[in-house]
Amino acid sequence: MIKIQEFAHPFKLYAMSKTATTLFDKVWDRHVIRHIEDGPDVLFIDRHFIHEVTSPVAFLGLETRGLKVMFPEKTFATADHNTPTINQHLPVQDPLSANQLKALETNSAKYGISHWGLGNPKNGIVHVVGPENGITLPGMTIVCGDSHTSTHGAFGAIAFGIGTSEVEMVLSSQCIMQQKPKKMRISVNGKLGKGIVPKDVVLYIISRLTAAGATGYFVEYAGDVFENMSMEGRMTVCNMSIEMGARGGMVAPDETTFAYIKGREKAPKGADWDKALAYWKTLKTDEGASFDVEYTYDAAEIEPMITYGTNPGMGIGITKKIPQAQEAGSGKASYEKSLAYMGFHEKEAMLGKKVDYVFIGSCTNGRIEDFRAFASIIKGKKKADHVTAWIVPGSHIVEQQIREEGILDILMEAGFQLRQPGCSACLAMNDDKIPAGKYAVSTSNRNFEGRQGPGARTMLASPLVAAAAAITGVVTDPRELF
Amino acid sequence: MAYDKFTVLKSTAVPMPIENVDTDQIIPARFLKATERKGFGDNLFRDWRYNADESPKRDFVLNNPIYSGKILVGGRNFGSGSSREHAAWAIYDYGFRCVVSSFFADIFKNNSLNIGILPVQVSPEFLDKLFKAIEADPKTEIEVSLPDQTITLVATGESESFFINGYKKNNMMNGYDDIDYLQSLKNDIKSYASSSVY
Repeated sequence: MIKIQEFAHPFKLYAMSKTATTLFDKVWDRHVIRHIEDGPDVLFIDRHFIHEVTSPVAFLGLETRGLKVMFPEKTFATADHNTPTINQHLPVQDPLSANQLKALETNSAKYGISHWGLGNPKNGIVHVVGPENGITLPGMTIVCGDSHTSTHGAFGAIAFGIGTSEVEMVLSSQCIMQQKPKKMRISVNGKLGKGIVPKDVVLYIISRLTAAGATGYFVEYAGDVFENMSMEGRMTVCNMSIEMGARGGMVAPDETTFAYIKGREKAPKGADWDKALAYWKTLKTDEGASFDVEYTYDAAEIEPMITYGTNPGMGIGITKKIPQAQEAGSGKASYEKSLAYMGFHEKEAMLGKKVDYVFIGSCTNGRIEDFRAFASIIKGKKKADHVTAWIVPGSHIVEQQIREEGILDILMEAGFQLRQPGCSACLAMNDDKIPAGKYAVSTSNRNFEGRQGPGARTMLASPLVAAAAAITGVVTDPRELF
Repeated sequence: MAYDKFTVLKSTAVPMPIENVDTDQIIPARFLKATERKGFGDNLFRDWRYNADESPKRDFVLNNPIYSGKILVGGRNFGSGSSREHAAWAIYDYGFRCVVSSFFADIFKNNSLNIGILPVQVSPEFLDKLFKAIEADPKTEIEVSLPDQTITLVATGESESFFINGYKKNNMMNGYDDIDYLQSLKNDIKSYASSSVY
């Protein structure tokens, strides 16, 4: 028999606490409906995003059990994972993808869930459209059947990816059962050099901590670099928290956060805004609150980053040479397997390596600032002839901004074409697949074997590094092109 | 979805001494297009198991007939990356009921427990011992006891205990899942929701 220990009302519990508390604890504890002794917490979920790939089996589960969606207004559906990025006005060619997209539409309609399907002006990648429409707010718990849900932590929310069984739990009860993770704080202080962008910061952190270094932890990012970072940059960083194994990552909300949210469609308005703002201002880690582990880095140490292997922890400064197995801190056999897949060798330079494909987009780097950065490098130059470039906005709203700001003209003059929004080559579920053996510089989040297509070889990097590679056709330090 | 109860499992094992086996390897994204949970085992480790022309890769362990069993023994940081539960479904559908490693990615571990696969985390030394024992004799039997929370090399009796929280242990031994439990909390959930700021 399991003993259930019932908490007092979570609001009161928190109000009584006088000890210094972390942002993470403040948000988590407020959402605990029950704590099971020698078991997980029952956590209430404020926002639930769903997409076409990980939700159909959850809806099927509801039907088998005869359950309803408990709070349909707290779930938001968007189609993104297997949507085509050209000719979206035509019927989807792949029957399996079309079937999943239809299932999302049908299930959303059946249960009264908001659905931004293909062709809807609000459609786009789930982790782009949530924030840009004001659905993502500070202090929330947010989940989605997608590991990059950690993106929403940029707003001071606890946001993380879940499996399909858990999607079914949230649909049917608005709760999931989770063991509370341990807490890690990562501070980066000082000033970033010219040409160093948020993607470099997070690739640097992951390269230091390894692809498993934060497993079991929830991360708070702190220090000058994150305080001075835009919301889009914070989203890029929080997005990749999962790539070092963390459940999620968050940044305390501040004036930058509030300015970003204010006026967005689903953000609170009028008196509700004032009330929300007063609460959001309390969402920060108290002085003296303790973390299970802390890491501190110096911004001046960070240079443009690029990965050379088959997990995101295998990254180095772009001017460095590929490390030897023992320096990289992994088992020799696995390390050699990884380099063999990439066709690379220990001690080789990354600069000058041939690039066949360039992909800019994804929930990591598919926002307007990313396209501005890309355009800043390619303006007045020409795409290398042998490079195939896929330029994929994260949403229709981003696509619209690209047109309005004149970035589309810059792209076209340099020989690039703009595609339509979706996850695209980040996971290559649609037709945007890198061919076997080819090299891609990609602004996405994973360089796993076959991630961008069977046999594809991925080098993860920032939009600036991607732009430099698209122009020169080889791995290039973008600082040389300013 | 209901799953078989898990108590004591005695089986030979399939060794996969590779670190950072991510869920894209366990099941590549292009096989996630089903709207029902069936047939995923056919595509388990698809790109490690088959060539582009669909012929089996001879050097991959699942294609080696000397290895079989209901236990998969993997290298450190098993199941990293994508949250796709399809990875756990593929492992279950193929016939594994237990995955052993020195370290699991969080989401994969949760997904496994939710569908009836037992993730057993052992020390790096014990993992090494398992790999060596299986290498020396592919018919080596391993016994995983959930009630005792132990994993044992049957031939030598070498054993190690593993952690699982009491709630999940009870679920797995009885074939329960979280959805049933959460349904019993509906009044508490409604009351919380009515006072929520969002």
